[in-house]
Amino acid sequence: MKRLPLEPDFNAWREAAREALHLGFLPEELDFQDSTIPSTLDLTLESSDAPTGPPITTPHTSKAFLESAEYAAVHRDPQRWNLLYRILYRLQTNRNVLRISVDPDIAELERLESQVRRDLHKMHAFLRFRMVLEPDDPNPRPIVVDESFRTEPGPHHLVLATPTPFGLNHTELPHCEPDPHATPTPSQPDTCEHFIAWYQPDHRILPLAAPFFVERFGVMRWTILTPDASVSWDPTGKQLTFAPGLPRESAPAEDELEGLWRSYYASIYNPARLNPEMMRSEMPVRYWKNLPEISLLPNLITKSQSRVADMVTRQQQQPSAQPFVPEDHSLPKLRAALPACKGCDLFQHATQVVPGAGAAHAKLILVGEQPGDQEDLQGKPFVGPAGKILDRVMDELNIERSKVYVTNAVKHFKFVQRGKLRLHQNPRMSEISACRPWLLAEIDSIHPHVILCLGASASKSLLGGTFSLMRDHGKILNTPYANQVIATIHPSAILRARDKESGEQLYQFLRDDMALAWHTAQKPALTPV
Amino acid sequence: MNIQQKVEILADAAKYDASCASSGAKRSGNGKGVGHSDGMGICHSYTPDGRCVSLLKILLTNFCTYDCVFCVNRISSDIQRARFTPDEVVKLTLDFYKRNYIEGLFLSSGIIQSPDYTMEQLLHVAKTLRTMHHFGGYIHLKAIPGASERLIEQAGLFADRLSANIELPTQQDLVQLAPEKKTTIIESTMNNIALRKEEADEDRRKLPSAPKFAAAGQSTQMVVGATPTTDREILKTATHLYGQYKLRRIYYTGFSPYPAADARLPLKPAPLIREHRLYQSDWLMRFYGFTAAELTSEEDPSLSLTEDPKTTWAKSHPEFFPVDVNAAPRESLLRVPGIGYRNVERILSIRKYHRLLLDDLKKLHVRVKNVLPYLITIDHIPRQQPVVNQAQPITQLDLFAPLSAFSGSL
Repeated sequence: MKRLPLEPDFNAWREAAREALHLGFLPEELDFQDSTIPSTLDLTLESSDAPTGPPITTPHTSKAFLESAEYAAVHRDPQRWNLLYRILYRLQTNRNVLRISVDPDIAELERLESQVRRDLHKMHAFLRFRMVLEPDDPNPRPIVVDESFRTEPGPHHLVLATPTPFGLNHTELPHCEPDPHATPTPSQPDTCEHFIAWYQPDHRILPLAAPFFVERFGVMRWTILTPDASVSWDPTGKQLTFAPGLPRESAPAEDELEGLWRSYYASIYNPARLNPEMMRSEMPVRYWKNLPEISLLPNLITKSQSRVADMVTRQQQQPSAQPFVPEDHSLPKLRAALPACKGCDLFQHATQVVPGAGAAHAKLILVGEQPGDQEDLQGKPFVGPAGKILDRVMDELNIERSKVYVTNAVKHFKFVQRGKLRLHQNPRMSEISACRPWLLAEIDSIHPHVILCLGASASKSLLGGTFSLMRDHGKILNTPYANQVIATIHPSAILRARDKESGEQLYQFLRDDMALAWHTAQKPALTPV
Repeated sequence: MNIQQKVEILADAAKYDASCASSGAKRSGNGKGVGHSDGMGICHSYTPDGRCVSLLKILLTNFCTYDCVFCVNRISSDIQRARFTPDEVVKLTLDFYKRNYIEGLFLSSGIIQSPDYTMEQLLHVAKTLRTMHHFGGYIHLKAIPGASERLIEQAGLFADRLSANIELPTQQDLVQLAPEKKTTIIESTMNNIALRKEEADEDRRKLPSAPKFAAAGQSTQMVVGATPTTDREILKTATHLYGQYKLRRIYYTGFSPYPAADARLPLKPAPLIREHRLYQSDWLMRFYGFTAAELTSEEDPSLSLTEDPKTTWAKSHPEFFPVDVNAAPRESLLRVPGIGYRNVERILSIRKYHRLLLDDLKKLHVRVKNVLPYLITIDHIPRQQPVVNQAQPITQLDLFAPLSAFSGSL
């Protein structure tokens, strides 16, 4: 058998294979060997190295075979050259041999090819670049990936320093002369931004992988290091430069954007659907060392279950005043029960709860948002500046406060402390919903003909979270709580109006809607509530 | 609020959209900016829920004026809100892209002001990426239902994929859980996309340099298990959508609990396996020649959770089997449980040159044990015809009927 040492290079094999066919070597008479693998001393005596087959002077091959072979050639399987020669030889007599995927040789070729393709795909996916020079770095300086190494200060210049048993091994990357006239943009870094990645593919795929990165990152200056070889791309010269392999230590240890990327990774997954087996099968552990986001994994996985349990408990325990509302809805009973309410957290900071006030059998209920600063101190609804406006409107319409019932959608004052001031804060939807049982109990007790919601919070409570006040104010609406609900603006909106003109307009809205509510309430209820 | 906090809030809000595909669009490097798309789609990472991270999937804002019960971003939900400026999204996309973290951007948004306003914001980001930065990566934009045709048309020029979410399988479900959304409006947006794409494809047939419109087509998503709608109805809706609007894909996402959810929703996630069965059925409908009506029945409108839909079908159609691997047409081979689309292609190619044996199927990684009852190969005929359910009516032998006279058997 003839032994043929071969560089791990597809073109070298093509040359050798063509020659072998020409000489008439049968596949079993030839043994291609990787010259990179130290061959063992051969002890068998070879009787003959001479070819015994017929010489094939015009070898036949196919595009499909060459394509597959190019992939299989970079596989680390030491038998790949022999396999390729065997198939090439069979191709001379059977041109369809490649189509029979169940043939052992073809199956093996397909296996090698698909492993290499997978390796390539994973390299495209899991390689991570790290940037080593800021685009707006004011001081041109050599970037030394290994800090212990220094070179002459000069223009932008990248040296990868690799510690070896024989001292530092320096690999210089192409110089970069930034164009002083160019204005760098994020997509066109005419500066010396340089991206470096270290990756360990399973097979010798760097030359096959590089074109992908050239196409994708053609405007960037980058270098990919692998243990077998490294390659750099120069965007101005449009050229790839291959160099010997480098160990992991030559690559930068981190990139400032990795924190942001980790945040994204931790936020984009759904803890309720934990499926780490699936993750591992798609992203096997051997790739993890390149991926900055992986450091979060153990934490994410262990915390998932408790996060989901938390969500469920919170949904079950949405704040509600319901447990505090007495079964007897008469106003004195409600008033007596109110101070004990801990249905949401607002009771903690308010001075006191502010119950509704007015006629026990009023035909009209006015529902405000929540007590303000004055109301909180006095314990009565609508006694502050907004209350004054309300009084003015009602005076003009000859409505006595004692004839109506005035209350709020939320019964405690919500505020933020700013120095001595207590600034009003809008109640959240959850607080409005939590307090709704009180409001419904009051409505149940009074049986009004009409409810007038003052402002968005009250409207949300009775008309739903998406009620549009400016579009639908002043309309008589039918709800499960009362047959006739009208919404209008809150008196405080008039206080906050941009200018006098809009203030007057808002006042008119309030006055018209109030008049409508009052007159509607005087008519007999359409159907008994 | 810094970028990191915004990323946390707005990625968290985007995670309920299942799609993260970056396949289907080819775009070569343009020499002016970063990015290309080879049409295959690449997953740059996988999260602990087993999902692929391919795109920077993010909302422009999670402020929303709608109140869809099943959605974490509904107006009545007590969650933290944030809003990116378009430039922040552009920079984030490019920075991530240049480090090879992502294939591109999947941008969605809560509805702010109006559908048109929201769509314009999304469009602005895509336009900046494509025209100012010559970004060649993948862009998936949400088509906001109800946005004007003009905006959809522009969006398709910048985006590789557009998607308008159907949200829930039926109109009744929407009425119940998404009061502001209407199937008709969502479908009219899908229709706009489909029509515009058809026009653009037609133009490109005449003039190959005509601009592409959403090269990777449109997709949609529906939440499964938030309402009692059956698999049969879901598959019916899916057939309608695929047929009517030439959707590239439908994503089914099992309902799962989320923070501050509405009390009307179930507390438990829908079983992941149900989602999986729907996907299997979806594939059977798109690539294997099955119709929705074949996969479930009126009496049993749910897919089996313990058995894949192809096996279920095979068991109830014994008359169809066995199928001869060396002779049967493609459509029949596709219906054999345990043989996938790719293997059917390979069998068809191999059998022109080589008669297949059981051993050959093993080499194609077919689980031979499972397919034995359904297949004939050179060295195998099923020992027993699969039992036919309906009892054969017993009839008197007819001396003159050609077949029974010939064989002597019924």
